[in-house]
Amino acid sequence: MLIHHPILGPRDAQEFVYLGDASLIDRPDGMTAGVDAFHDYLYNRTNPAGEHQELWYHEQGDRSWLVVTRNTVTHEITKVELARDVARARGRTK
Amino acid sequence: MTQSHRIEGGQIDRSKTLRFTFDGIPYQGHPGDTLASALLANGVRLMGRSFKYHRPRGPLSAGSEEPNALVELRSGGRQEPNTRATVAELYEGLTASSQNRWPSLRFDAMGINDKLSTFFAAGFYYKTFMWPKSFWEKLYEPIIRRAAGLGSVTREEDPDAYDKGFLHCDLLVIGAGPAGLMAALTAGQAGKRVILADEDFRMGGRLNAETFAVGDSQGADWATATVAELASLPNVRLMTRTTVVGAFDHGIYSAVERVSDHLPTPAKGKPRQVLWRIYTGKAILAGGATERPIAFENNDRPGIMLSGALRAYANRWGVKAGERVAVFTNNDDGLRTAIDLQAKGIDVVAVIDSRDGGDLLPGIRHLRGADVIDTSGKLGLTSITVRQGNGRSETIALNALGISGGWNPNVNIHSHHRSRPVYDPTIAAFVPGQDGPPGLLVAGAAAGQMSTHAALKTGRDAAIAAFDLTTVPDLPQAEDAPVKITPLWHVAHGKGRAWIDQQNDVTVKDVQLAKQENFTSVEHLKRYTTLGMATDQGKTGNVIGLAVMAELTGRSIPETGTTIYRPPYTPVALGALAGRSRGREFKPFRLTPSHHWAREQGATFVEVGNWLRTQWVPKPGETEWRQSVDREVLATRKSVGICDVTTLGKIDIQGTDAGAFLDRVYANTFSTLAVGKCRYGLMLREDGIVFDDGTTARMGQNEYVMTTTTANAVTVFRHLEFCRQCLWPEMDVQLISTTEAWAQFSVAGPNARKLLEKIVDQDISDAAFPYMAAGNITVGGLRARLFRISFSGELAYEIAVPTRYGDALLREMLAKGAEYDPIVYGTEALGVMRIEKGHVAGGELNGTSTALNMGLGKMVSKKKDSIGMVLSQREGLTDEDGYRLVGVRPVDPKASLTAGSHFLEKGVAPMAANDGGWLTSKVSSPHLGCDIALGYLKAGDRKIGQRMRIVNLLAGLDTEVEIISPHMFDPEGERLRG
Amino acid sequence: MRYSGFRVIAEALTGHKGWKPVWRDPDPQPDYDYIIIGGGGHGLATAYYLAKEFGQARIAVLEKGYLGGGNVGRNTTIIRSNYLLDGNEPFYEFSLKLWEGLEQDFNYNAMVSQRGIINLIHTDAQRDAATRRGNAMIMHGADARLLTRDEVRQMYPWLNFDNARFPIKGALMQPRGGTVRHDAVAWGYARGADQRGVDLIQNCEVTGMRIENGRILGVETTRGYIGAKKVGVAVAGSSSRVMAHAGMRLPIESHVLQAFVSEGLKPLIDGVMTFGAGHFYVSQSDKGGLVFGGDIDGYNSYAQRGNLPVIEDVAEGGMALMPAIGPVRLLRSWGGIMDMSMDGSPIIDKTHIEGLYFNGGWCYGGFKATPASGWCFAHLLANDRSHETAKAYRFDRFLKGLMIDEKGQGAQPNLH
Repeated sequence: MLIHHPILGPRDAQEFVYLGDASLIDRPDGMTAGVDAFHDYLYNRTNPAGEHQELWYHEQGDRSWLVVTRNTVTHEITKVELARDVARARGRTK
Repeated sequence: MTQSHRIEGGQIDRSKTLRFTFDGIPYQGHPGDTLASALLANGVRLMGRSFKYHRPRGPLSAGSEEPNALVELRSGGRQEPNTRATVAELYEGLTASSQNRWPSLRFDAMGINDKLSTFFAAGFYYKTFMWPKSFWEKLYEPIIRRAAGLGSVTREEDPDAYDKGFLHCDLLVIGAGPAGLMAALTAGQAGKRVILADEDFRMGGRLNAETFAVGDSQGADWATATVAELASLPNVRLMTRTTVVGAFDHGIYSAVERVSDHLPTPAKGKPRQVLWRIYTGKAILAGGATERPIAFENNDRPGIMLSGALRAYANRWGVKAGERVAVFTNNDDGLRTAIDLQAKGIDVVAVIDSRDGGDLLPGIRHLRGADVIDTSGKLGLTSITVRQGNGRSETIALNALGISGGWNPNVNIHSHHRSRPVYDPTIAAFVPGQDGPPGLLVAGAAAGQMSTHAALKTGRDAAIAAFDLTTVPDLPQAEDAPVKITPLWHVAHGKGRAWIDQQNDVTVKDVQLAKQENFTSVEHLKRYTTLGMATDQGKTGNVIGLAVMAELTGRSIPETGTTIYRPPYTPVALGALAGRSRGREFKPFRLTPSHHWAREQGATFVEVGNWLRTQWVPKPGETEWRQSVDREVLATRKSVGICDVTTLGKIDIQGTDAGAFLDRVYANTFSTLAVGKCRYGLMLREDGIVFDDGTTARMGQNEYVMTTTTANAVTVFRHLEFCRQCLWPEMDVQLISTTEAWAQFSVAGPNARKLLEKIVDQDISDAAFPYMAAGNITVGGLRARLFRISFSGELAYEIAVPTRYGDALLREMLAKGAEYDPIVYGTEALGVMRIEKGHVAGGELNGTSTALNMGLGKMVSKKKDSIGMVLSQREGLTDEDGYRLVGVRPVDPKASLTAGSHFLEKGVAPMAANDGGWLTSKVSSPHLGCDIALGYLKAGDRKIGQRMRIVNLLAGLDTEVEIISPHMFDPEGERLRG
Repeated sequence: MRYSGFRVIAEALTGHKGWKPVWRDPDPQPDYDYIIIGGGGHGLATAYYLAKEFGQARIAVLEKGYLGGGNVGRNTTIIRSNYLLDGNEPFYEFSLKLWEGLEQDFNYNAMVSQRGIINLIHTDAQRDAATRRGNAMIMHGADARLLTRDEVRQMYPWLNFDNARFPIKGALMQPRGGTVRHDAVAWGYARGADQRGVDLIQNCEVTGMRIENGRILGVETTRGYIGAKKVGVAVAGSSSRVMAHAGMRLPIESHVLQAFVSEGLKPLIDGVMTFGAGHFYVSQSDKGGLVFGGDIDGYNSYAQRGNLPVIEDVAEGGMALMPAIGPVRLLRSWGGIMDMSMDGSPIIDKTHIEGLYFNGGWCYGGFKATPASGWCFAHLLANDRSHETAKAYRFDRFLKGLMIDEKGQGAQPNLH
């Protein structure tokens, strides 16, 4: 597979490490959320057959975490964003 | 033997003669020959035996689809099983042997299977060999396993080198027949970066095997000229002997180049094969088509081959497969064979044409509406029986028969993304369907475009379509004969066997039995009968098999469908897929800064991931490793020892939020750490399990240096980047891994400070640099870092200098501190000292243990949010009776312990219900004079002082032990504050 | 009809006219007591044991494609019970015991062959872990041996002992491990279930679930609505897709695992072997092909095909371990969809919807589990409580912190 890194252009997916669903960005706040919320966050997955937003880490590269939108049936990649931008857009701060 | 069957013409170099042997018998051939063409030229038809019935077999084809003529090529570590003689390029001194026969190819004792074939119907083995139960493994299966398989490998190491390469292009053209050449020419002239790959050693594809004209020249000559033109274009790369074997995601294709397989041995410094990973914008599949036979009784004898192969041997290789030849066909292409062979002066005794009516070939006995219904000839064809249209049978003596059942487009690569091919009744074959790999176009016969003109045109059109080209080369004139075929899959006659999958011995009867037993899905058919599972992957047989099933079930061929086409297109040597990653080069070595020094001392090394660490450093006279390790431990605890700890992960963490960041990623608190101090940190995964540990120092207001375990250096850094970028993107914190940047040594023992005082430029007295101090220092003016931390329990420091000075620093410390008799200790002594102190490491940080398990539960602060804090509080992780880290020593000091042994109470049976836990790490402690261990024991914190047993059922050991605190040496920590 | 050597001979002598279809092709009934979704190994075994061992009737298996077309028809055929943890080992040992009597039980030769499995050891830490595991296995009634380097060398002298990057230092062996002819398992269970009246319905894809008041009433399919008192789902890689019909999100990701077979070779490897310093395991089939595999590709996928890096990685492991196989050719690769769970262990449990039961999360180890999975799922369906050996396989173990994490990798499915 090839991932079109938003800064570095097309790179072989072999340079990256895969983590999983980009919902892992949406970590609850440990001071307010309890075990139930963390359990759902950490363990349950939509696991769609189709478009999937997922986290890849450019370990053999610039160390960016990326949110890649990829179809899990065809493997077609339609969007690649810096995870930091996605996280900010989702309202994550400090 | 002379080349009795060599005729005029062909693309072989008759000026040179090559000698080779088959089953020890010497023969001669010419450059340009394959092993099969050369053997046929010498009148050898018998080349192999089939898998199940051990039927005598000769080549069916002249290409990579070959199911029958499989040989063992070369010998020793280079011995290559199952090599298709039809693609093995002849070289001087080639040696080949027949396989799957005993004692000889002509007389094969296992041929008895053929006589007993009625007992070996499809799937018979699923219905028997069940009684008595023990006989399957003791009797039946060993016999089956001995008989199974085809060729053999020696057990010697493969001496050849393999390599890998990466190529990038605008267009990959797969196949260099008329379509592929035209596609490459079109794109190449337009300036595109083109790779043209062909599995053959000569480009031209089918043009080499035909007598057609292209433009003003013979097709083969046009191909040669076009190849020359392409070769003159700097943007075109021509790759012969290169098979594109797989289509992967996003325009990535794999190809195998057989660099040296046409040579006796690879040239010096050259690989045998190269696996190419080709990244391309567009690709054109121009892989041609494969002819298929027709099933009829005894259609598998040596001398029976595909009609197009018969023609190829005559036209390309100047070989006649027999003196008297017939052709059995259901389509016009078979007629070409008869015409070409007759033109070559070969006696074409008949053309058996299953189609009724139509024109007759002039000058040839052309039987319309006729079928071949049987053949004879034990080791090679001697006659065929023909049923004529009027029902009369006739036996014709001959020694070669060409069969044409039509041509199947080579859709494989197009279907590697699971696209299903679609049936085209006009050519009675499957053509590429929808949803092929994005960017892959298909041209020529692979697309069902069977004429030479159509191949040239669709090749050019595909290149135009790929790049929206406007300037394109002219199309040369070429034949444009339509496909005229009336499908005939098998000749329904008689009770004998009619082969579909020749290698696996799957016959029409087997398909009938599968139908009878309701294995009617095409996948069930394949799996039950083994149709298409041989080394040829059913290239000639699959479509016939499914067509026969379609007939039997009354379904149409499209309804019946095909099985999935999967990579590789043709089988690939595992050596090529592995490339250079083998032997000692399987993974890179990571060497520590002290490696060369240690090697000079004769040290023993140990693999820690890819690192090679010093395990111990023997002194003269030490014969047992224990002597060295004990000495290293005692010397360290007595005076001073030095250990290379560079492999620990080191991460610089900087920014105004660095402290807050560390509070989030560590279970304990770091924002309160004073500048110039360090602290032990415990890092959890989000699921509350301990991830890693290490010390982190605050080097400045906004600067920390984290250390991780060797094992987790990479994963911790990755995790921190995740936290920084994905969870808290607005935090002002930057990370950089400095594991490779700093050489770091632990200097431990009562004289550690005295030694270091001779090295460093600063005051490191206890007052100036107390326990857990950290700071930037200099060593003879060189920037360095010093941490007063201890893994060994001694007064200890870790000193770091830029990596390239590591070796010098070690030598300097040993020289300047000579009066303290410093020693260098390895990982074994390190392990002894840390276990004496009860520090956790690899055995305890096992990915399933909590802080509570390790006796570090209080370190998890609930006053702040940190990774893993919430989920660490789940009931399953906070069980009062759960595992706790304990120390263990045998009651009998002479008794030995083994890590991995389990705890049992006294007097209970060794059953899972009584399992108390296990020993995680064990060493022999020279200070305590016995084996000691750490272990996880259920409710272990309440069992300190008790006696239990340690059992190792694998070794029959059962040892009484005392459960003690894990802090077994200097529990008050007086030494490290000294 | 009963299969035997005598029957094979008698049929051979009479032209094989008497062989009967191994299963019927019934049309679906309007309703059943039990519907099993998924006609792979686990679903078929569940139906077989429901009928045979638990005395249940009115059972249907719904399969969207062909019987045995899931992972049971696409795996590396290994059976073993060399697990470490209390939650797993009793279950897998139960499964191995069922394998040992399976062929006589369902009268079909699935070629259960216990030629032994060895897990090679390359480091002291691996030896410690193997010791812990071997002891745990024995305590659970399984068999285990720790082999020295020399013992391994006697078995396979041609492995890379002398020029290895990660030298072989020994092995953990389970002599009762081995291989089974995978397709035959599906067919044997299918035939046995069919003979006991189970309706095996192929080309019948479940497209929805009818759920009212927290209770399942039946399923919508491509062949119409079918009612059921109880519905059991055993669809492996499609678990999330099917359970989405019930509005459930699972602790599962679907990943592709590739596997490989070489051209047929004369006997080279007797048992099963796993490399401990890379991703590679191998056995040799009765037909002669080396059957081997390695790690999953590592990204979510339903594509049933993989990519090149893993193919190369597996071959590298193979060559590092067996330097003689350079000339041996890879014949075929394939990709299957694995239901990778969050701790690497499966789930056999009720759901919060009454009458809906789930069996999945087998990761890439489901084949060896087939008999016990079927038995335990049938037990759960028939009795509404877990079988003794499967009681740890609950949904709520993640909520409660009772993960069964053999590899110690935590909540990241692609690492299990």
